[in-house]
Amino acid sequence: MSLFKYAAAPESRAIVNIASSYGLFIDGEFVDGTGTAFKTINPATEEVLSEIAEGSALDVDRAVKAARRAYSKVWSKMPAAERGKYLYRIARIMQERAREFAVLETLNNGKPIRESRDVDVPLAAAHFFYHAGWADKLEHAGVGSAPKPHGVVGQIIPWNFPLLMLSWKVAPALATGNTVVLKPAETTPLTALLFADVCRQAGLPAGVVNIVTGAGATGAALVSHPDVNKIAFTGSTKVGKAIAREIVGTEKSVTLELGGKGANIVFDDAPMDETIEGIVNGIFFNQGHVCCAGSRLLIQENVQDEVLDRLRKRMAQLRVGDPMDKNTDVGAINSAAQLGRITELSNTGDSEGAERWSAPCDLPAKGFWYAPTIFTGVTQAHRIAREEIFGPVLSVLTFRTPAEAIEKANNTPYGLSAGIWTDKGSRILWTAARLRAGVVWANTFNRFDPTSPFGGYKESGWGREGGRHGLAAYLKQGEQA
Amino acid sequence: MSRIEVRKTYKLFIGGAFPRSESGRSYEVVDKEGNFIANPAMASRKDARDAVVAARSAYVGWSGATAYNRGQVLYRVAELMEARRDEFIDEVSLSEGIGKGKAGKIVDAAIDRWVWYAGWSDKLGSILGATNPVAGPYYNFSIPEPVGVVALIAPQDSSLLGLIDLLGAALTTGNTVVALASEASPLPAITLSEVLATSDVPGGVVNILTGRTKEVAPWLASHMDVDAINLAGVAAEDVRNLAGEATDNLKRVIAPKSRDWLKTPTLEAMTSLLEVKTVWHPVGI
Repeated sequence: MSLFKYAAAPESRAIVNIASSYGLFIDGEFVDGTGTAFKTINPATEEVLSEIAEGSALDVDRAVKAARRAYSKVWSKMPAAERGKYLYRIARIMQERAREFAVLETLNNGKPIRESRDVDVPLAAAHFFYHAGWADKLEHAGVGSAPKPHGVVGQIIPWNFPLLMLSWKVAPALATGNTVVLKPAETTPLTALLFADVCRQAGLPAGVVNIVTGAGATGAALVSHPDVNKIAFTGSTKVGKAIAREIVGTEKSVTLELGGKGANIVFDDAPMDETIEGIVNGIFFNQGHVCCAGSRLLIQENVQDEVLDRLRKRMAQLRVGDPMDKNTDVGAINSAAQLGRITELSNTGDSEGAERWSAPCDLPAKGFWYAPTIFTGVTQAHRIAREEIFGPVLSVLTFRTPAEAIEKANNTPYGLSAGIWTDKGSRILWTAARLRAGVVWANTFNRFDPTSPFGGYKESGWGREGGRHGLAAYLKQGEQA
Repeated sequence: MSRIEVRKTYKLFIGGAFPRSESGRSYEVVDKEGNFIANPAMASRKDARDAVVAARSAYVGWSGATAYNRGQVLYRVAELMEARRDEFIDEVSLSEGIGKGKAGKIVDAAIDRWVWYAGWSDKLGSILGATNPVAGPYYNFSIPEPVGVVALIAPQDSSLLGLIDLLGAALTTGNTVVALASEASPLPAITLSEVLATSDVPGGVVNILTGRTKEVAPWLASHMDVDAINLAGVAAEDVRNLAGEATDNLKRVIAPKSRDWLKTPTLEAMTSLLEVKTVWHPVGI
């Protein structure tokens, strides 16, 4: 057990002021929804935080109309440099209110405050700051000399990085001159609703950003709305395929950021301290609720024992529990439903013959928790090697030769991320070139930056987000232009 | 008595070989006046699947070849076509029912299209790649990579140039191809495959099928080991259905409106068949 005892170091929640209920943010103001309101909770305590309006198809239509009006009357007529200044304002306000966002994110999502404070919120602000600068430079983005926005963009985001995914979506959409109807995830609407207040403070013209809360039906209404020009979706591959099929035959453009089953490859010459940290970061960061998680660990057979021994020791040090505690490494699972999916899929690991080991830790009595877990003796046929668990569960496989590592790594319909651990530069480049994945981290893992394109091969999605390449998704291409 | 000409048997082109359809079927191709020209193979689902296997097998080699090498291989195709220019003019003229003058312009454009695409192979990385100035001690670069195995439903109205336009885009970017030739005018495509077979294009990199578009295209659209599909030659009323089939494995779908094939293609012809890969590495001592 751990050498040192930790005293609790809870972050104060006094900085946030959660209303007892929230409406929909349409045309610059909060309005009542016409659907059935639902409760949003803190997944670490099951405490009800607020009641959230459900956007019906009627509400979605209102939001799209507001976005269309704002597009044609205001946003598309505004000089690009002025548009950019609004984004700079938003970035600054998010930085100024960073602590408030971080606390609210952790309360509603269950992720450790250390991560929302040090990763989610700063990166979200950075995305706005980065894209602000693009607004008046789009002719240099490599998509033609006079690139045009799509118009009204419908955006649907997941619950794993609620504010960060909002910024990945909203910042490039606004910078390129589109207006937005955003649907946050059902379980994590609060930071998006706080973002509405940022729009107010920034003086953003009414209707440029509209936020319609709800679940799948609300999202489906947004996808099928005839006056939406482009859909941007981050979520499961299953829903992504349904969206792709739904919009076939329409003029809508679409980008999809979907699931993954990332291979994290450890060669026998890997720098071991960094590798162990990288494996842990790759799968236990954000409770493994990460589409690009390194959820398949491929270890070269001759270092298997050393890697696994050190990994178990390191995992035993992970502090699992109160997400508001600044010492916490692994927080709460986002919802009862997700905990159920993790449990069900992980149980197939046992029943199919893999060997489970979980970090010894005391899980809180209330809330949704899953101990950091690894499965060894996993074969490529096991469900836990093929399907995305989206939780703190790592499947361990081995390989003997680099060629075998590549074959196993690519043996998946997904193609989002991969990791490489080796001290040999030529091997990094050889391996990186052969991995069918959109993001490859060599001797690091789970790094993100607004300047860096992110997105998947194969069934992990269509298009990129971030960097120059991400802008293309929000500008008309080729025959559309 | 005049000499009886030796006719050509038009077969499929799969994995660098020229098989007949495993189904044993063929169909009659006629000229504009309805006169018999040939009985090309009528490819089946199995032929299409064999072609995908051949294209997948050839993928690692072709995508891993240097861009300089790919450029030279494509340029070599232009060289060989140039030598058989008259044959292509006759065949395009006969197949498309156009005069020799017009066919000549089309064949010249087709040869030049190979040259144009050959020159792109080692430029795309510079044009489409990037080093990204991330906020941290990391070196981070993005590069374009081929999407994988590409199915091309070649345009119906341009039996040679249209096909080559699509082929060039797919090949210079490092993809391997299964192409379904124009249904009514498939012969120039098969003659092209004879050029490809004797050029430096490795077997399996290009596979060419002839047959019924309505029969074969859906198998390619739904095939789970095809990464992208160009629906140029699909009838307008079928595009929606095939694009829907293609979502089963989230193929990249290109559904271009008909265009003037004599015009130089856009960069998007190639970018639509590319993925972008981003690689991170720490910087430190």
